[in-house]
Amino acid sequence: MANVSTSANSAASTPMKLKVKQFQPAQTPTNTYLTDEKGVWAWLTTVDHKKIGLMYLGSVAFFFALAGFLAIALRTELWTPAKTFIEADTYNQLFTLHGAMMVFFVLVPSIPAALGNFILPMQLGAKDVAFPRLNLASFYIYVFGAIFTFLSLANNGFDTGWTFYTPYSSDTNSAGIIWVTLGVFILGFSSILTGTNFITTIHKLRAPGISWDRLPLNVWALYATSIIQVLATPVLAITILLLAMENILDIGIFDPALGGDPVLYQHFFWFYSHPAVYIMIVPGFGIISEVITTFSKKTIFGYWAIALSSLAIAFIGFLVWGHHMFTSGQSAVATTIFSFLTFLVGIPTGIKIFNWVATLYRGSISMKTPMLYVFIFIFLFSIGGFTGIMLGALSVDIHLHDTYYVVAHFHYVMMGGTLIALLAGLHYWWPKMTGKMYNEPLAKIAAGFIFIGFNVTFLPQFIMGAQGMPRRYYNYIDQFTPFHQTSTIGSYILALGFLIILYYLAHSLFKGKKAGPNPWNSRGLEWQSTSPPDFHNFSHTPVVIHGPYDYHQPIEEFQLGLAVEHGHGEKYLAADATGSEAAETTSA
Amino acid sequence: MANHSATHPKHVHHHFVDSNQQFESAKLGMWVFLVNEILFFGGLFCAYIIFRAWYPELFTQAALELNTFWGAVNTVVLIGSSLTVAMAIRSAQNNQKRGLEINLLITILLACVFLVIKYFEYEHKLHLGIAPGSFWNPTPEIAAVLDHPKANIFFGIYYMMTGVHGLHVIVGIGLMIWLYIRARKGHFNSEYYTPVEITGLYWHLVDLIWIFLFPLLYLIE
Repeated sequence: MANVSTSANSAASTPMKLKVKQFQPAQTPTNTYLTDEKGVWAWLTTVDHKKIGLMYLGSVAFFFALAGFLAIALRTELWTPAKTFIEADTYNQLFTLHGAMMVFFVLVPSIPAALGNFILPMQLGAKDVAFPRLNLASFYIYVFGAIFTFLSLANNGFDTGWTFYTPYSSDTNSAGIIWVTLGVFILGFSSILTGTNFITTIHKLRAPGISWDRLPLNVWALYATSIIQVLATPVLAITILLLAMENILDIGIFDPALGGDPVLYQHFFWFYSHPAVYIMIVPGFGIISEVITTFSKKTIFGYWAIALSSLAIAFIGFLVWGHHMFTSGQSAVATTIFSFLTFLVGIPTGIKIFNWVATLYRGSISMKTPMLYVFIFIFLFSIGGFTGIMLGALSVDIHLHDTYYVVAHFHYVMMGGTLIALLAGLHYWWPKMTGKMYNEPLAKIAAGFIFIGFNVTFLPQFIMGAQGMPRRYYNYIDQFTPFHQTSTIGSYILALGFLIILYYLAHSLFKGKKAGPNPWNSRGLEWQSTSPPDFHNFSHTPVVIHGPYDYHQPIEEFQLGLAVEHGHGEKYLAADATGSEAAETTSA
Repeated sequence: MANHSATHPKHVHHHFVDSNQQFESAKLGMWVFLVNEILFFGGLFCAYIIFRAWYPELFTQAALELNTFWGAVNTVVLIGSSLTVAMAIRSAQNNQKRGLEINLLITILLACVFLVIKYFEYEHKLHLGIAPGSFWNPTPEIAAVLDHPKANIFFGIYYMMTGVHGLHVIVGIGLMIWLYIRARKGHFNSEYYTPVEITGLYWHLVDLIWIFLFPLLYLIE
């Protein structure tokens, strides 16, 4: 029996003694969210956060494959200094499409909307997110935005780069630009609604016993992300709307020919798009924190430092947008301030890295695939972070601006950071989502391919960027040929790694071994349910009596408590304590 | 929970513990959404500030073309509708079905009055050739008074701000009609009036934004 003092959830604020009964999740669940309702229509109209999360995951994977395929085409084109196999105009459209799809369709929704949707309510012990129908709506808004982008391709396409800089984007006379900007405008709402949903869920739907200091760090990270989504995305929405109006009506706010200011567009755009970088990477930090404790069997080092540094990144992230515009004619005072603030954002990020490394210290580390990705993340993201500091330095940036150095930097951060974290999370929660294990040796081999392929692709880009190779160029001078060719070979290795992942995950779906509720022996709340979970996530209302990283406590104490309530105006709890089976509720 | 549905009131969704939690969630969600709305309009206000700082004489000149009287009438109309929507919430809390219906109807009516006045303002301007962007083609009299090469920018901002605000009014009317239909069916009472409350919050914001737009656009001399 465990007597717990808890402030229940937010609805009742007076602390009370809870008597809880412990139970174990069933090894092989009979009724899961996957068997609950079947058929395509049931999936398309579901309000279950788990299914919506999987639908997002599928869509993100689809767009990743598509945009990744474009990347391979681009790298192949760059094999020779002149034309290899694509025309220059097509090349411009392809790199624009690659960037726009990877940013808006893959990176922004990847971790929060796909994995976050699945995991967040489970980590809170909630039955669903606060607004399940809104959640489904945000998925369809995402699909709708994607359709608009494809319509743009049918209307001459767009070749402005994913940043849509004016005046080119307002003068290019392509109908495609209007379609794609409206598509991005619509997509923004999907992101805003997800953020609104998560903030409300985290505030109001925590299970009894989950106080703010027992919140998993993944939840803290998603909380910080949601705040950025809600505060930054509307600014993108209005910017994009103004840009569309600039194209449709020539309202003249951004177009210099009509008296407007193209640099104002850049300010507006980066006021969203720099914080958007943190929308992409901060949820990745959350996953790393979860995985690293589970596979070190050790309490996280510096819980509050990691939790609050996410919020610090969210806050400072709003004040650094000007570092994208050091060469756009900002005042010297502004550039200096933005440069200092950019250095400042490195501090909370550094705090996280040091805390993760300290968590490893004297931990009992097991090198499973998710953990392997964590190590890859720390290595690659550190390179990405440090090169970011160099780009934030004023004089260095003048030299490196708009070169391949920048391309390499953000790929190290976005792909080496966010996507590797996504892979870590996917491998970590895969058994929870599907109830199946994947082929561990093959997964490790794939991770090796990705690590090697990634570095072969992007390390040469730092060098040629520093030597002056501009980004987005179709042709280049002969001296860069070896770097470009190495990079292209690397991209093939990278693609091979992803194909292996595709193979063994598909294999695991059909032929994988049963995972059991908690294959990693984690203390996290989401692992104290069956794999896959049932429709309500937990068969009993969980009462949480320990923090998510209390590895010094025996696992038995993490079997959840059962609270019986409702209908009597007070919480009544089953008094019987020692039984370890999941008993049906006995209502008083 | 085994006895979940038995103890749950009908309006409470399955994933909430009780009615209060659902109400609090809906309210917080709406507040978060309103913050997002403010940032959305914030971009427009920001553009306004920058161009006004650059062309102060243009703004004072161009504002004279706006009809202060009808702008003021519209301000009163919207503030009135904010009052009636607050009274609608009060009626719902007090189980006054009739009062709720009437107050919602008055709110819808006032919102429509606002749009009609706005329509005639637009109509008048378009008639004078004060149109947004590339349709900018003022009559000679207007061009003589509005002697500024960037005059179209003020009206670009004017149409964007009032246009986006007008869209919010239209959305508000749609929500209010939906509330009215549900109120007629007797869905709301002192136990459950969440949709009325959060639509009211939204409507207050739409009102509030207009209260900023009116002096910024009409009253700068």
